Amino acid sequence: MAKGDPGVTSRGRRAAPRSRKGATGDPQLVQLLTADGERIESATGPDGTEYRVDFTDEEYRGLYRDLVLVRKLDAEATALQRQGELGLWASLLGQEAAQVGSGRALRTQDMAFPTYREHGVLYCRGIDPIMPLGLFRGVDQGGWDPNEFKFNMYTIVIGAQTLHATGYAMGVHMDGKTGTEDGEAVIAYFGDGATSQGDVNEAFVWASVFNAPLVFFCQNNQYAISEPLERQTRVPLYQRAGGFGFPGVRVDGNDVLASYAVTRHALDNARLGQGPSLIEAYTYRMGAHTTSDDPTRYRIASEVEAWQAKDPIARMKAFLEKQQIADADFFAAVDEQARTESVHLRERVLDMPNPEPVTMFDHVYPNGSPELDEQRAQFSRYMESFEGSAH
Amino acid sequence: MSRIKEFNLPDLGEGLTEGEILAWLVKVGDVIELNQPIVEVETAKAAVEIPAKWAGQVRAIFHPEGTTVEVGTPIISIDTDPGAGPLDESTTGTPAADLPTPSAASLAAVEVAPSEGAVEPGLIGGPAPGGRTAVLVGYGPRTTAAKRRPRKGGVPAQATSAPAAPVQPAPVAPAPVVPVSPAPAANGNGPAGGLVLAKPPVRKLAKDLGVDLATLTGSGPLGSITREDVQRAASATPAAAEPLTVAAPATAVASFGADREQRIPVKGVRKLTAENMSRSAFTAPHVTEFLTVDVTRAMKALDRLRERREWRDVRVSPLLLVAKAVLLAVKRHPMVNSTWAGDEIVVKDYVNLGIAAATERGLIVPNIKDAGRLSLRELADAMTGLVQTAKAGKTSPADMSGGTLTITNVGVFGVDTGTPILPPGESAILAFGAVREMPWVHKGKVKPRQVTTLGLSFDHRIIDGELGSKFLRDIGDFLADPEAALLAWT
Repeated sequence: MAKGDPGVTSRGRRAAPRSRKGATGDPQLVQLLTADGERIESATGPDGTEYRVDFTDEEYRGLYRDLVLVRKLDAEATALQRQGELGLWASLLGQEAAQVGSGRALRTQDMAFPTYREHGVLYCRGIDPIMPLGLFRGVDQGGWDPNEFKFNMYTIVIGAQTLHATGYAMGVHMDGKTGTEDGEAVIAYFGDGATSQGDVNEAFVWASVFNAPLVFFCQNNQYAISEPLERQTRVPLYQRAGGFGFPGVRVDGNDVLASYAVTRHALDNARLGQGPSLIEAYTYRMGAHTTSDDPTRYRIASEVEAWQAKDPIARMKAFLEKQQIADADFFAAVDEQARTESVHLRERVLDMPNPEPVTMFDHVYPNGSPELDEQRAQFSRYMESFEGSAH
Repeated sequence: MSRIKEFNLPDLGEGLTEGEILAWLVKVGDVIELNQPIVEVETAKAAVEIPAKWAGQVRAIFHPEGTTVEVGTPIISIDTDPGAGPLDESTTGTPAADLPTPSAASLAAVEVAPSEGAVEPGLIGGPAPGGRTAVLVGYGPRTTAAKRRPRKGGVPAQATSAPAAPVQPAPVAPAPVVPVSPAPAANGNGPAGGLVLAKPPVRKLAKDLGVDLATLTGSGPLGSITREDVQRAASATPAAAEPLTVAAPATAVASFGADREQRIPVKGVRKLTAENMSRSAFTAPHVTEFLTVDVTRAMKALDRLRERREWRDVRVSPLLLVAKAVLLAVKRHPMVNSTWAGDEIVVKDYVNLGIAAATERGLIVPNIKDAGRLSLRELADAMTGLVQTAKAGKTSPADMSGGTLTITNVGVFGVDTGTPILPPGESAILAFGAVREMPWVHKGKVKPRQVTTLGLSFDHRIIDGELGSKFLRDIGDFLADPEAALLAWT
């Protein structure tokens, strides 16, 4: 079926008008909004696909609001960890555009498989942002229904979710839910470090040969904890796809518009039955890997500053101002909404009940099991063996 | 809800027990907002800014910069409603006060980590035997000193030495510690640039004898090291060859105040060592026995070993034979490899052989896991690896825990023997002294022989004089004639 052949892609290979390359001068990078907030009409991918977006002013403002809210809520979670209210937090700072762009590109019926950093995608799926905080506070396992929101549980094991997503996508295909405009697609999130995992490479193979309706969405944030990209790969990550037999594209992950366009195109290809593709969202983790990490030990300040200049929110704001799509009142209102929501989030986190340790047995199986019952009984006896135990 | 809130240092990184206050970003009297950065704290994992948990006015700061604070200890108190008028007498704290006193609870928390005494002994979170904090799972606090990596323009240890000093914002980096370079040779024509001059055969001799050329002052032309220099060094402190002197603690350059006294805060490895030594010394009744042995044959056996092709690249030292002797003797007397556990004695079928090492961080005792199962070659490699790890400062807590029996190689310091203190949980420790050329009665005549002294301390609750003596005697017999002992015992 020659998925590498661009002739079969739905909207690719049109005799695209010559469009501007990315402002970084990198011909590989699909970009629709430069770091200065200058809008680019269309961009051409490595296989000739032409990417463009056509949003209403309201939609542009909505994307900006998403970006600001997601960043603010993430910052609040980081602060809560520093104040001893969360055990750990993996900040998405700097990766908002890649997450909001791809998250908003999902259609209701599409299924997403996140890592533990996809707070922005989670937000776009309509899940209460407090959900992951319960997980990182250690009071629940995450708490949302993956089937209801079409957003799987956070996966801590690096890259494991790409196999889950591949199996799920194969199921979608076998159920005959692909092949139409309203077909179903699946997206799997992972990072640059995960591309070195066996799981991810296996997922590439399976998704490819079974023509799974799957978009591999790699947020290349340049570091696998402390390991820089040059220790991860010798070729641009998106080019890995070619070896597995499906198309790959690199998008400016700090450009919410391009991230949206590229993801929407890949999802549509998948839902039409044209198989998987790989998106490399080229971005930067502005913060630490997690709150247990200190990035100043392995990267230099000038590098961080260079990426600061490519900030996803600043460029969107500049664009909205230049095009007079939004005014100062709008920006102030968004900031105020972000502040209110983050304070609300904090209050609710501090009010989260501490569950009894024995409740960890409650949600393993819907109807329990004899072995589980025995474990629960043993654990209860153990807890009661402590002096002053209340139960 | 109380108006005054104390903020306790949280666990900033999944199982940490302490953090060092690097810099206060606010001062007493400042009005602060929610999430405003208030303090920079460095833990073993990261240096991070902590944002304020409450808006309000800073009422007191309990620990100056440079202090290491345990998790759970109050570090700052904040008046969350400063506009509501003055507080009662105890709370009219002058904003200008340099270092206010924390509340009684705060002081208690400094003494008894990690909570405020609400937890009874033995319970999770409460104090457990040995000063540890009882935890259900995960990283046990207290027994391993948190290690932190040095930072650029590091904060000096001295900064912690003035608990009464006022809290100053952001101390300027201290005068850097000037590395103490070795004095140039007295004759003025010593080798320049740290290069050691020696002819290849002399280098080979030094390698064979385990003498570090860099530690010698050459008496030859241009300050070069001669064969005689090496031999003199080898016979003076033969065990100087020992790989286990990792580095002399070079921090002895004291800075004395006007009272000509220096106060060094007790923390890190020093603190841990002190705790372990006191605990062991005052719980296990120690007995120490000595044995002087002619190890000439053993030294010759080592020489023959070094000459073998397959051992060419292996670091072979007298300590290796001592370790082998101990491991074989343990097989003959398993009871010495045990732990006193109150109402029972735990005898172990495995030997995690501890080797005490002096490092820049202080005394550490990494151990070789299940050393009894290793061949001599594997044992040599394990000992070399252990030294290289210690030298690099990378010895992990896992490497240092679970030891069952220890050797301390005091010979490297040129002394004959000692009465070592047992590492907690172990029942025997062997001190290996310097190997010296001494007059010794050999085959009825006084001859110069290579002689060393062994000192064995053991826990008299478990090991009687008879057992301890037999164990020591076996080690001595092995070192007196390794080949015969190997034939007889294995």
